[in-house]
Amino acid sequence: MNAVAKLGLKQRYSLLTRGLDWEPSYQSKSAIYPYAEFEGIKIHDWSKWEDPFRLTMDAYWKFQAEKERKLYAVLDSFAQNNGQMGLTDARYVNAVKLFLTGVSPLEYQAHRGFAHVGRHIPGVGPRVAAQMQSLDELRHVQTQIHTLSHYNKFFDGLHEFPHMHDRVWYLSVPKSFFDDARTAGPFEYFIAIGFAFEYVLTNLLFVPFMSGAAYNGDLATVTFGFSAQSDESRHMTLGIEVIKFLLEQDPDNLPIVQKWVDKWFWRGHRVLGLVAMMMDYMLPKKIMSWREAWEIYFTEAGGSLFQDLSRYGLRVPKYADVATAEADHISHQNWAVFYQYTHAAGFHTWLPSAEEMDWLSEKYPTTFDKYYRPRFEMWGEMAKEGKRFYNNALPQLCTTCQIPMAYTEPGDPTTISFRHSHYKGDTYHFCSDGCKDIFDNEPEKYSQSWLPVHQIFQGNCGGASVEEVLKWYRLNLGADNLDQAGSPDQAQWDAWMEARRRVAG
Amino acid sequence: MPRIASLTLQDTDTARPIIEAITEDNPGATVHSFPGIVKIDREGSLTVRRESVESRIGRVWDPQELHLSIVSMAGNVDEDDDYFSVAWTN
Amino acid sequence: MTIEIKTLKVEPRRQTFGHIARRYGADKPASRYDEATLDVQATANFHYKPLWGADHWLYDERRTRVTMADWYKLRDPRQYYYATYNIARAGQYQTTERNIEFVDKRGLLAHLDPAWRETVETYLLPLRHMEWGANLNCTNICDLGYGTAVTAASIFAAGDHLALAQIIGRIGLLLDGNTGASLDRAKDRWMTAPEWQGLRRLTEDTLVVKDWFELLLAQNLAIDGILYPLVYGRFDAAGQALGGSAVSMLTEFMNEWFTEHSRWVDAVIKTAAAESPENRALLTGWFATWASRAAGAFAPLADHVLGAEEGTRALAEVVGGLQARAKTLGLAV
Repeated sequence: MNAVAKLGLKQRYSLLTRGLDWEPSYQSKSAIYPYAEFEGIKIHDWSKWEDPFRLTMDAYWKFQAEKERKLYAVLDSFAQNNGQMGLTDARYVNAVKLFLTGVSPLEYQAHRGFAHVGRHIPGVGPRVAAQMQSLDELRHVQTQIHTLSHYNKFFDGLHEFPHMHDRVWYLSVPKSFFDDARTAGPFEYFIAIGFAFEYVLTNLLFVPFMSGAAYNGDLATVTFGFSAQSDESRHMTLGIEVIKFLLEQDPDNLPIVQKWVDKWFWRGHRVLGLVAMMMDYMLPKKIMSWREAWEIYFTEAGGSLFQDLSRYGLRVPKYADVATAEADHISHQNWAVFYQYTHAAGFHTWLPSAEEMDWLSEKYPTTFDKYYRPRFEMWGEMAKEGKRFYNNALPQLCTTCQIPMAYTEPGDPTTISFRHSHYKGDTYHFCSDGCKDIFDNEPEKYSQSWLPVHQIFQGNCGGASVEEVLKWYRLNLGADNLDQAGSPDQAQWDAWMEARRRVAG
Repeated sequence: MPRIASLTLQDTDTARPIIEAITEDNPGATVHSFPGIVKIDREGSLTVRRESVESRIGRVWDPQELHLSIVSMAGNVDEDDDYFSVAWTN
Repeated sequence: MTIEIKTLKVEPRRQTFGHIARRYGADKPASRYDEATLDVQATANFHYKPLWGADHWLYDERRTRVTMADWYKLRDPRQYYYATYNIARAGQYQTTERNIEFVDKRGLLAHLDPAWRETVETYLLPLRHMEWGANLNCTNICDLGYGTAVTAASIFAAGDHLALAQIIGRIGLLLDGNTGASLDRAKDRWMTAPEWQGLRRLTEDTLVVKDWFELLLAQNLAIDGILYPLVYGRFDAAGQALGGSAVSMLTEFMNEWFTEHSRWVDAVIKTAAAESPENRALLTGWFATWASRAAGAFAPLADHVLGAEEGTRALAEVVGGLQARAKTLGLAV
């Protein structure tokens, strides 16, 4: 018994996993995998699938258990030591609020979505990988809730995150993004989340933003962030393997995949505008600008990737040039929207300080001073005169990305970009060519969009006044919304800092 | 455009010998430090060798343990008993 | 905060999230299981109907005929969330790993009676395919189910079944000296051997069940409820006199797992049955169908392993045990 050959990792994994599937004969394959064909993707030989990672379930448990032990030790210690008091500034917490209400529910959606493809993709290799990703994504939502649960005890705006995610106007941006992916077929879902989101875009959220969390003293968030990223590297690799596999299997898959890559790149770019704003405006101590992060993680890493994929005929996503140009504008335009609508948001806003504006000028030499500084300075003057600027009109939303129509024309930062399409007698409005294209390709899907402003006007959101709508969101008025200055969060923070000075003194 | 293969690891005691092994085994690799993380870049490819890590930590090391420290990467992955690598192939 | 304070006192402004406090009826500290589970799934204002099934919303209570006023009543008594689940399983598997090493190092499988060794190959190894079917079913329940309480536990069960399939695979590799030949033979048996065809048909038939709660009951109560006591109880016991104790060591994980898994299954079925007479009738009907189908499907294998007389008796006892279990869950058996 001792003279047996030692098995290498690849061979062992293959024996324990790849052989599990069988050709059914009592039920048809199409009954067992009913969603494998309607998208038009052609797969001839699933055995050609290359497993990027080869974790058997026991190895998965072992590594994931170790990660969790480490993570929860940090969370316990953060809570016991009131780690929130080590933050650079109370303003930072607003980024965390946006994270729990806007991002964590997406992790949940990813979990259920990967269960769907982990059941329905008819190839054993990608199916097992998708199931592990489903488990990982459940991990991410649960560890995020556990981490941010401590913040919820001390700060406003986090206490109704699932309720808010299903209703609040700006949260319909990330929610509709994931609803879109999850209602797509299994292959499109894989490309949307596994490739466009995980590979091309998630790095931007989880690497520079989390490094920023570390820089701002949030030891809990950075720990779950980097711990989650250790799973993401598996997910990114899975995404890239899926795309290569589809392109290798049949040349007819190329136009379908290209359309998905174009669509999901643009969808992801729009959602990530929220992260752009978190990095440039919401981190009290800055680590790198959105522009710089975009260069490292999209231009450089994405560039190498698309060069690699060009051998299959796949090109860089449509409008990547527009998105790269927008990196000079998007964080400023988004922050301006939230500043104007801060009375209707579940987190606080503020105007950047003189120092912060100088940092923005330095990081955005061609745009900040010319287009955005004057606006913020004017709003600052108005606030000083007791006329803090609020926009009380409900904004028009883009039907596709659901962001208020505040983005500007490519190459013309002083003109708002409007596009529209007609479908079945109605007119639909868009913020960009990217969003209009997406609608025009699937009008029957996007004409169903649950647009928060339309829903308010139709009387489906608790009432006609802003106050009634905010109550329907379960926001505590005067606590969860409005300016950081004068908020209960800020008052409490000031009291802590004052008390700490006394104790120290 | 240069094709940068990249590995980003947590800046921890566990990851440090791995980072050392990578920089020594991959001539031309550049190391960038950010709060909490270390990003290692190199044109074309980067390889983590099991032996090289083991010689630093004095115990058996399974390349899959990299899963505990990795934060991000760029390049196509190849994972086996004796190494873990990311590379751009064409 | 008063001016005199010498130490800094930091008081929480709330103890837990609003949705948890409403369920508790008070704002008090919540368990990690509750915060990670309750109301985590979206319930309203979905944007688009699925292209793969426009007759339902993404999360839709109508994907099963079972009805619950509150789907979060279907709690997991083990209170597993991701961390506790993985840490528990990693610990259990450490024992399995040590047992595998022990059996391997000492060549314990060489002590198997040659005829029984052949029998073990016949009954145990093809089960990896059945576990794979169970994995797909549990993944499907997570996909289609309603409420994180039941769907999270289902993806954990899916992970378990993959691990179970892989443990059986490792036993095969121990038996065949790492060539994989025993696994190939096992697959042939699964595809063509008469004693396996009823079980393969049963498995394939579950893969097309549309109602996820029916599937939950069929897989987790009816099929698992016969498979585990029969294979790892009766078959294993029969091997004891034939040098089979090494096999018992290698499959100890299965027994431990089944005991724990059953606690979850029982809680879910019992709560759903207690919800309404309609649920109870529905679950009773499904149980009757699937328990009888599973019993029929296992009969040829039981006969093959234990001999016709003993096989029939053992299976009848196992099925009797399952029926008694179903009765305690409130089903009208």
